Amino acid sequence: MPQASRYKVISNREVASQTWQMRLEGDTSAFSRGGQFVDVAVCGHFLRRPFAVREWDDTGFDILYKVVGHGTEEMTSMQAGTVLDILTGLGNGFDASRCKASALVVSGGLGASPVFSLVKELVAGGRSVTVVMGYNTADDILLFDEYKASGADIHISTLDGSKGVKGFVTDVIDTLQGNWDYFYTCGPKVMMKAVCEKLEIPGEASLEERMGCGCGICYGCTCHTAKGPKRVCADGPVFRKEDIIW
Amino acid sequence: MVTEVNLCGIRLKNPVIPASGTFGFGTEMAGMYDLNVLGGISLKGTTKNDRYGNECPRIAECPEGMINSVGLQNPGIDALLEEKVPALRKIFGGAIIANISGFSVEEYVHCCEKASKSPEIDILEVNISCPNVHGGGMAFGTSATAAAEVTAAVKAVSRKPVFIKLSPNVTDIVEIARACENAGADGLTLINTILGMRIDIARRKPVVANRYGGFSGRAIFPIALRMVNQVASACSIPIMGCGGVSCAEDVIEMMMAGATAVQVGAENLRNPMVCKQIVEELPQVMNKYGISDINEIIKAV
Repeated sequence: MPQASRYKVISNREVASQTWQMRLEGDTSAFSRGGQFVDVAVCGHFLRRPFAVREWDDTGFDILYKVVGHGTEEMTSMQAGTVLDILTGLGNGFDASRCKASALVVSGGLGASPVFSLVKELVAGGRSVTVVMGYNTADDILLFDEYKASGADIHISTLDGSKGVKGFVTDVIDTLQGNWDYFYTCGPKVMMKAVCEKLEIPGEASLEERMGCGCGICYGCTCHTAKGPKRVCADGPVFRKEDIIW
Repeated sequence: MVTEVNLCGIRLKNPVIPASGTFGFGTEMAGMYDLNVLGGISLKGTTKNDRYGNECPRIAECPEGMINSVGLQNPGIDALLEEKVPALRKIFGGAIIANISGFSVEEYVHCCEKASKSPEIDILEVNISCPNVHGGGMAFGTSATAAAEVTAAVKAVSRKPVFIKLSPNVTDIVEIARACENAGADGLTLINTILGMRIDIARRKPVVANRYGGFSGRAIFPIALRMVNQVASACSIPIMGCGGVSCAEDVIEMMMAGATAVQVGAENLRNPMVCKQIVEELPQVMNKYGISDINEIIKAV
């Protein structure tokens, strides 16, 4: 269930080109799954800003955010100690239980953040996990050390070839021999569509849409699905491959 | 201290009502707080048949407000009456206000007749002011003749109080309000959103896929207040004041302007707890301004 609470900024630093990581301290009881998100009130802006949660623990959580407009630009100047009004525990998140033994996790760009907790949960649950992360260039690479330490098998593609395989995540997948029974993906829509169409195994993808409330009351982020209209914020953001209409 | 108000015989424990379209069908909010603190709930706009609404993006942020172009996404009147309203009534004892929209007089009549028969619905709010659907909605709210025609037609089939929700996108809202009153409306809700636009300058395209949308939020409060005051001065039926309300002081102001009850809209989307907070703050604010019975301030200005 969504919960409105106050959180204190513990740290806020640039971790890749135009991408920042913010650690917040406060009540995390509303979190239940990786892939859920929070909605941050930024002073002076009417609507909240939604961000996926990278990881949470008993004392707080952290988000990665890209500077894309005035709200996120202002967030970069928030100092440790700043108190923010945040809705937490939003969205359904990924369902790790659907993977029996071996998972393929595919992220693009900032999509590496919302699947991080999922990867840790899958590894902790005894599954073998292959992670393929796609980026435009080496300077964009996020969370590399964290993923390396997660116990998953990590692969990288960059469009310009500055690190890992030159090309798309799907080019990396072509080179891998995995006995995966389920996949998870988060990233640009075109990437997720390509991944869903390429892989014959079942899986799920985290969709994105411009949101109003973030908690299911305004119907501002509705998408078409095989099961009818669904709200990305409250019915998603994670949907099963067979339900997504690209 | 008295916060109870009376809307055409329906008693509300306080005048605070989440506005249609900003609170889903009520049950979506049940996990956030006990809805029974609210005087009433205006449900999401409903049409005869289910509607997907407009494509996304449906939301654009503005200074002190936002534009929406949801376009009346709803499951249709039958699903409203069979599923949504009974589910809300199980957890909510206050006034349930069904918000009805349509594309023809016949559609309004069809939906109001059905909704009127539901024992769980207390008030019908007839939306003749949705700016986000073509060939319907606002078309009825921008002509006094058409507004009167819809009002008379739905009144003829309704046993529940009928409030007509008016559009601010008109030259003279008083003329339309009077036409509705003369056609038999039991009350009026005003204002709906103001037609607006934002442009994504990098893409050189409108931000919302439907090009234009309804502007709401704190920025429109002075406009809403002025229109409520003008209509209250010209009409004698009760008004639900709506538009940019974000705190208990705004509720007082809206009632002084002429409203009997006050709807809170876009503020719910930025602060889902706001209606509960307003209800909690209201007695303190009344006390601060020496108001012992909230009814004494209605139309005070």
